[in-house]
Amino acid sequence: MKDRAARPPTLVIGVGNDYGGDDGVGLRVAREIGALGLDGLRVVTVAGDCTRLVGTWTREDRVFLVDAAFSSSVPGAIHRMEATDGPLPEEPLWRASTHSFGVAEAIELARALRQMPRRLVVYGVEGKTFTPGFGLSREVDRSVDRVVRRILEELRS
Amino acid sequence: MSARAKRGGRGRSVRVDYLARVEGEGGLAVRVKNGEVVDAKFKIFEPPRFFEAFLRGRDFTEAPDITARICGICPVAYQMSAVHAMENALGVRVDVALRALRRLLYCGEWMGSHGLHVFMLHAPDFLGYEDGIRMAKDHGEVVERGLRLKKVGNRIVSLLGGREIHPINVRVGGFYRVPARSELAPLEDDLRWAVEAAVETVRWTAGLPFPDLEQDYEFVSLRHPDEYPFNEGRLVSNRGLDISAGEFENAIEETHVRHSTSLQAAIRGRGPYFVGPLARVNLNFDRLSPLARGEAERAGLVPICRNPFKSIVARAVEILWAAEEALRIIGTYEAPEAPAVEVRPKAGTGFGLTEAPRGTLYHRYRLDEAGGIRDAVIVPPTSQNQRVIESDLRRFVQQNLHLADDDLRWRCEQVVRNYDPCISCSCHFLKLTVERES
Repeated sequence: MKDRAARPPTLVIGVGNDYGGDDGVGLRVAREIGALGLDGLRVVTVAGDCTRLVGTWTREDRVFLVDAAFSSSVPGAIHRMEATDGPLPEEPLWRASTHSFGVAEAIELARALRQMPRRLVVYGVEGKTFTPGFGLSREVDRSVDRVVRRILEELRS
Repeated sequence: MSARAKRGGRGRSVRVDYLARVEGEGGLAVRVKNGEVVDAKFKIFEPPRFFEAFLRGRDFTEAPDITARICGICPVAYQMSAVHAMENALGVRVDVALRALRRLLYCGEWMGSHGLHVFMLHAPDFLGYEDGIRMAKDHGEVVERGLRLKKVGNRIVSLLGGREIHPINVRVGGFYRVPARSELAPLEDDLRWAVEAAVETVRWTAGLPFPDLEQDYEFVSLRHPDEYPFNEGRLVSNRGLDISAGEFENAIEETHVRHSTSLQAAIRGRGPYFVGPLARVNLNFDRLSPLARGEAERAGLVPICRNPFKSIVARAVEILWAAEEALRIIGTYEAPEAPAVEVRPKAGTGFGLTEAPRGTLYHRYRLDEAGGIRDAVIVPPTSQNQRVIESDLRRFVQQNLHLADDDLRWRCEQVVRNYDPCISCSCHFLKLTVERES
């Protein structure tokens, strides 16, 4: 295991909306990781306005970002993508926003401004329902622990 | 987004089925026949949201929180129009300190909303970029400045409103909690930076290439005896309109057209009118701070400016003024003794007019004895600007038929984006007709 002092600073970001059904999964994962109180780990939640992502990390950070996804996959499916060196793929799609600025756009804006972190990994959890309301669907709720475990494994590596 | 421009026979059409870089879902369609524009439509197809309907039966205290959900960019505007309308109905007046805090909250919203629009949604048009991300590659410093200005505004809303989106700290009578002076003080450094950054922004926007378009608009906004307007004042225009909030529905009529799920507004007996930052600057130029006024003059923005493309300069001037106003309020702030004044329910009708980032926002509520909402009317600025947008499209296309189709389409989108339309806000009304055919 690498010496703790040599590990890059690490940031976990949960993006979403608690009142948008499965759109809250990113926030839930971030809160669960934050509750562990791990040394040297910053946890941030971003609800709604993804332009806030720009400037949330530094160029030295290793970043894990979690958000809901909506594509043709099975609800609860976990997508993992590297965004350090190139844009997120078109599939899975991120939350549609009437304000036209989601996670994918925010990452490309940071890239255009030369403000990318050292490493950026994006986890998307396939949502089932995004209708207004509080609480995750059963399928997505079951995936929360799996995403948390996978991120913790990556943190240890 | 699909966009088409086609020529056929002696006709030509410019159509955008789904506008980019506007909030909400809308399109445009212009038809030209024998060299004359015969039709111009700003099409809003976002589904109606029925806020006026489900406010019925709710308590008056709920109006600020419910109406805030109409918009994620301008929730403060809805909260301000709601509380002022309710306080008008209930005979309540907040004290000087609470009034100042409301203005501070609005400063934050203007900075956040204008910051987003100027840099990410509108500036790309002037510089030939498809979007703000592409623009950021070549104009990184400018975009970073814009994002930081927006963040300063968002920080004010978050601190004072309790949350950045859909603030939770606003209520009829004041706030649920007011900050101590020490909580506001950390904003001062950011705001001092924001003033300088906003000056640069005004100067930068002044140098953008502005297409030619001028019309003899009727500009409408609030006007206050002493201040650049936020929450109070009479509704005035450059053609003699001068009314109170209570006279709004006598002077303004709303109609439904097939191609829009938002009601369109007009001044009775006169026609379309223009609300928003350009209208405010035109009608309240003397109420700007000396610095904001000086920078506006230097930018060539003096009353009456009739080129809607220069709305981007007006927004930049308002970012500057709002940063200065926020500094002034924080500099003289003393926490009020109570976060709110006492409010007692009673029957009545109340009217509120405040200046949302995009223009004048009207609320009217009728209350019963217990303070329950019997009915509500909400007229957002984008609803009010629909007809003048169509008028601009008509005029602009007529003057620019020589442009190639793709360029003409792009410019038409820019014409719409001059108004920073908030389409989701405009689709609020209840008009439901059921026709049953046997």
